[in-house]
Amino acid sequence: MIAWTIYLTFAGALVVLVLPRVLARWIALLTTIAGLVLCIIAFVHMPIADLAHFTTIVSVPWVPRLAMNYHLAVDGVSLTMVLVTGISALSTVLFSWDVDQRQREFFFWLLLVVGGCYGVFLSADLFLFFAFYELVIVPKYFLIAVFGSTNKEYGAMKLTLYSFFGGMFVFAGILVAYATIGSLDLNQLAQFHFSPQLQSWAFPMLFLGFAVLAGIWPLHTWAPTGHVAAPTAGSMLLAGIVMKLGAYAGLRVAMNLFPEGFHMWSKWIAVFAVIGIVYAAAVALRQRDLKFVIGYSSVSHMGFVLLGLATANVLGVSGAVLQMFSHGVIAALLFAVAGRMIYRRTHTRELDALSEMNLSRALPFAAFTFVIASAASMGIPGFSGFAAEITILIGTWKTYPIAVWITGAGMVLVAAFTLRALMKSFFGEVRLQTGRVPTDADWNEQPITAAEKCGAYLLMFATLAVGLYPKFLLDRIMPAVEAMRFLR
Amino acid sequence: MTFLASTVSYLELFKLVLPEVVVVITALVVLSIGLTSGRAAIATGVSSARRQTSPAGTSATSAWCSLTAILGIVIAIGAVLLLPSTASLFGGMLVITPLTSLFKIICLALSFFTVCLVQAEKSLLHPGEYVAITLLATVGLMVLVGSEELLMIFIGLELLGLSLYVMAAFDKTDLRSAEAGLKYFLFGSTSSAFTLFGISLIYGMSGSTSLAAISEKLSTASVQPLLATGIIMTLIGFAFKIAAAPFHLWAPDAYQGAPIPSAAFIASGSKVASFVVLGKIVLVGFSPLHGSPGWHAMIAGWSPVLAVLAALSILIGNLVALAQTNVRRLLAYSAVAHAGYTLLGLVAGSRDGFSATLFYVVVYAITLVGAFGVVAIVRSETGGDDLKNFSGLSSRSPLIAGCMTVFMLSLAGIPPLGGFFAKFYLFSAALRAGGNYGLFWLIALALFGSFVSLYYYLIVLKAIFVDQPSLATVTSPSFLSSDLLRRATILALAAAIFFLGVMPEPLVARILAAIS
Repeated sequence: MIAWTIYLTFAGALVVLVLPRVLARWIALLTTIAGLVLCIIAFVHMPIADLAHFTTIVSVPWVPRLAMNYHLAVDGVSLTMVLVTGISALSTVLFSWDVDQRQREFFFWLLLVVGGCYGVFLSADLFLFFAFYELVIVPKYFLIAVFGSTNKEYGAMKLTLYSFFGGMFVFAGILVAYATIGSLDLNQLAQFHFSPQLQSWAFPMLFLGFAVLAGIWPLHTWAPTGHVAAPTAGSMLLAGIVMKLGAYAGLRVAMNLFPEGFHMWSKWIAVFAVIGIVYAAAVALRQRDLKFVIGYSSVSHMGFVLLGLATANVLGVSGAVLQMFSHGVIAALLFAVAGRMIYRRTHTRELDALSEMNLSRALPFAAFTFVIASAASMGIPGFSGFAAEITILIGTWKTYPIAVWITGAGMVLVAAFTLRALMKSFFGEVRLQTGRVPTDADWNEQPITAAEKCGAYLLMFATLAVGLYPKFLLDRIMPAVEAMRFLR
Repeated sequence: MTFLASTVSYLELFKLVLPEVVVVITALVVLSIGLTSGRAAIATGVSSARRQTSPAGTSATSAWCSLTAILGIVIAIGAVLLLPSTASLFGGMLVITPLTSLFKIICLALSFFTVCLVQAEKSLLHPGEYVAITLLATVGLMVLVGSEELLMIFIGLELLGLSLYVMAAFDKTDLRSAEAGLKYFLFGSTSSAFTLFGISLIYGMSGSTSLAAISEKLSTASVQPLLATGIIMTLIGFAFKIAAAPFHLWAPDAYQGAPIPSAAFIASGSKVASFVVLGKIVLVGFSPLHGSPGWHAMIAGWSPVLAVLAALSILIGNLVALAQTNVRRLLAYSAVAHAGYTLLGLVAGSRDGFSATLFYVVVYAITLVGAFGVVAIVRSETGGDDLKNFSGLSSRSPLIAGCMTVFMLSLAGIPPLGGFFAKFYLFSAALRAGGNYGLFWLIALALFGSFVSLYYYLIVLKAIFVDQPSLATVTSPSFLSSDLLRRATILALAAAIFFLGVMPEPLVARILAAIS
C-alpha cells in the first residue's frame, strides 16, 4: 500500500499538467495529503517485526533478460524517510500557495521531485533505485531556474551539475556491482561477498557520489548557493528531502554492498564529517543573507548524519537516520520562515536590513515559528534535533571519542550562528519604540495566511512530537539498522 | 564467391526482395507525380508571367507525394513482415534473418517519420524529387542492412551516400545547403575510397568478400601489417559514416546547412544502418581478430582501434558542443559524442554489447528525428535555429517545448526516458564484456562525457523555459494541416522515447532474439 505514494504522486503530477491552472495547487495539495495519509497509515499499521528487514512489497519482472525487476521494499529506515518526505511535501505545497505564475509547471516539477524521493526510499532494485535517484535531478533545475530569486540561473546550474557529477560516480559504482555478480537486487547484493580489493576502490567511488548530494565537505558548495537561489519550495525540498537522498543511499547501497570497503574508509568519512560540521558552522556565523545562514546550517547538520553513519554502530547509525528525519523537518521550517514569511513580504533577506524592521512586532507568528525552529536547530532538549544529535554523539563516543570533543565545540558555533540570525532578523535593535515598520514601497504587509499557519504547525508538531517521544521512530529504526551487515 | 543463381528462380528472388521493390516503385510513382503536377504548376506560372511555382500548387504536390510515399512505406513494412524468417542468397549477398527484418522495419519507420517532416517544409521547391530521393536512400539502407557480403555492402553504401549528398544540397535557395552538400560529398567520397581500398586488401588476404568466408580464413591468420591496413581502412570509412572523431568534420556543416528533413535522415537512418553493418563486419567478418581493448592488456585487433575512436569522439564531441550557439551544430557535436558511446558496445564485442549498441542507436535515431522536427518548427516560426530563436518556445507552444525537453533529456540520459535505459544497458554490457573491468577506462570516460553533456542540453532547455523571448516571431504559429502532421509526428516520437524508457523489454527482447 505504501507503494501507492509513488503512483499517486506521479499521477498527481500528470493531472496538474492537464487541468486548468487555477486547479494546479489544489491537485498538488490533495496529492500530498493523500501521500502523507498513506505514510501515516503504513507507519501505524505495519508490524514492527516486519520492519526489521527489507520486506518486499511489490516485485514484478521488468526486463528479465537483464535481471531488472520493479522491486519495492520497506524497512524501518526507509519508512522513516518516507514519512519525512510526506511531511515535507505537504508543508512545501502549503508554503507555495502564493505561486502566481506558471503554476502548472511549478507543481508538476515539484511533484516529480517528491515522487522521485518516495521512489528512492522504497526501491529494492539497484536500477530502479538509480532511475528514481537521477529523476530527481532535473526538476530541481527548472524549479530553481524558472521560479527562483538571487542569481538563480547560476545556482540552478551549479546544483544540477554537482548532482549529476555525483551521479556519475554512483553510475560507475552501480555498474561495477552489477557487472560483478549480474544481479541488481539489493537484498541479494547485500548477501554477496565482493573481494576486499574491489571493495577498497568501489566503496569510496560509490559513497563519494552519494555524499555529494548529502553535502559532504568540501563538495558542499552547491548547497548554500542552490538554497539561496531556489524558491521557498525548492529550498524546503532540497534541504528537507533531497539532501537526505544522498545520505540514505550511502547507507542503503554503498555501506550495505561494500561493508569491508566501508570499514577501510569510515575513519575518513568521520574526518570529513567533523570538518564539515565545524567549518560550515563557522562560515554561517559570517553570512549576511539569512538564507545563506540556513544553507550553511544545513551543511553542518548533514555533517552529523555523515558522522553518525561513520560510527558503524547501531546507536550512531540510528541517530543518523533520526537526524535525517529531524533535519528534514527543521530545515523545511527554517526555509519556510526565511523564504516565504519574511522574503515575500520584505523583499530582502539581508540580516542588517531586517534588523531595522522590528519584524517581531510586524509578524509575530513568523517570529514565534522562527524561535521554535531555531531552538530545534540548536538542539534544545524537547525538540527532535536534540534527540538525534545526542544519539549520534553517544554512538560516536564508542568509536571516535576525539570527534565528540571537536563536534561539541562545533555545536557551540551552531548555537552562536542560530542565535545571531534569530536576533538580527526578528529582534533587532530598534531605536523607535513603535518599531520602524518599513515604509518603502516594497513592503507588502499581508498577514500570515492560513496556508502558512497550517504548514508551520505541521512541521512544528513533527519536530516536537519526535523530540518528546523519539522512541516512536527509534523502535522502528533500530531493528532495521541492527539487521544491516556492516556493523562492527 | 559461389553463385547459386541457377538454383534460384526469379519469382523466388522477387519475393525475397519485395520490400525493396515496393520502395523503388513508390519512389518512381512519387517522382512522376512530382513531375506532372510540378510541370503544370510551372506552366500556369509562365502563362501568368510568374517564374515561381505557386505555393498552393507546391503544397498540394507535396501533400500527394508524401501521402504516396507514406503509403508505399507502410506496404513495404507489411512486405517485410511477410518475408521468410531466414534465407541466404549468392553467398551472403542477400541475407534475411530476424535481425535484418527487424532493422529493415526500423529503417522504414525512420524514413516514414522523415517523410512526415518533409510535408511542412516550405523551402523545398520540388517535393516530388525530394521524397523520391529519400525513398531511394531508404532502399540503400535496406540493402546495407540486408547483406553480409562486402561488395553488396559497398553498393548499399554508395546508393545511400549519393542520395544523401543530393538531399543535403537540395535547398537551392540557401548557400549553406550547397556548402553542406559539397562538404558531405567530398568527405563521403573520400571515405568511400578508403572503404573500397580496405575491402580490396581484405579480399586480397582472404580471397573472399563474404563475411562468413572471411572470418573462416582469418581464424588462422595473424595480424600482418597488410591485413591491419585493410581493417583500419575499412573502419575509417565507417567512422566517416557514423561521424566518429577525428572523421567528424563534415557533420556540423551538414547538420546545420542541409534541409532539416535531410539532416534528420542523415542523423537517424544512415546512422542506424551504418552501425548494423559495422557490427556485422567486425563481429562476423573480423571476429577472429578482436584483439583486446583492456587497459592492462591491449592486444592488436580491431577493438582497440574502435576504442580509440570512441574515446576521441566522446572527448571531442562533448567538449566542442559546450561552445556552440546554434542548436543544429550543437546536435551535430552531440552526435559525435553519441557515436562514441554507441561504439562501446561493439568494442565489447559480446552479444549483449551488440544488442546494447543496436538499442542505443535506435533510441538515438528516434530522438534526433524528433529534435530536428522541433528545430524545423522553431525555424519556420522565427526564421532561424540559434539558441536565441528557441527562447520563449515554452510560452509559444508548450507541447512542443515539452517534447523538446523529452528529446534533450533522453540524449543526456535522464530517467525515465529511453536514453537512460540505453546508456545503462550499453555501459553495463561493455563493463561485463571486458574481463576484469578492462574497459573501465573507456566507461569512466563515457560517464564523464555524459556528465559534461548535461550542461549543453540544459542550455537548450534554459533557452526554451527560462529566457525571455528576444526575437519577434516571423510567422504566427499557424495550425495548417501540414503543420499539424509535423506536430503529431513530434508528439508520437516523444511518446516513443518515453515508452522505450519505461518499457524497454519488447525491443530488447526482439533485438536479443534476432542476434543469435
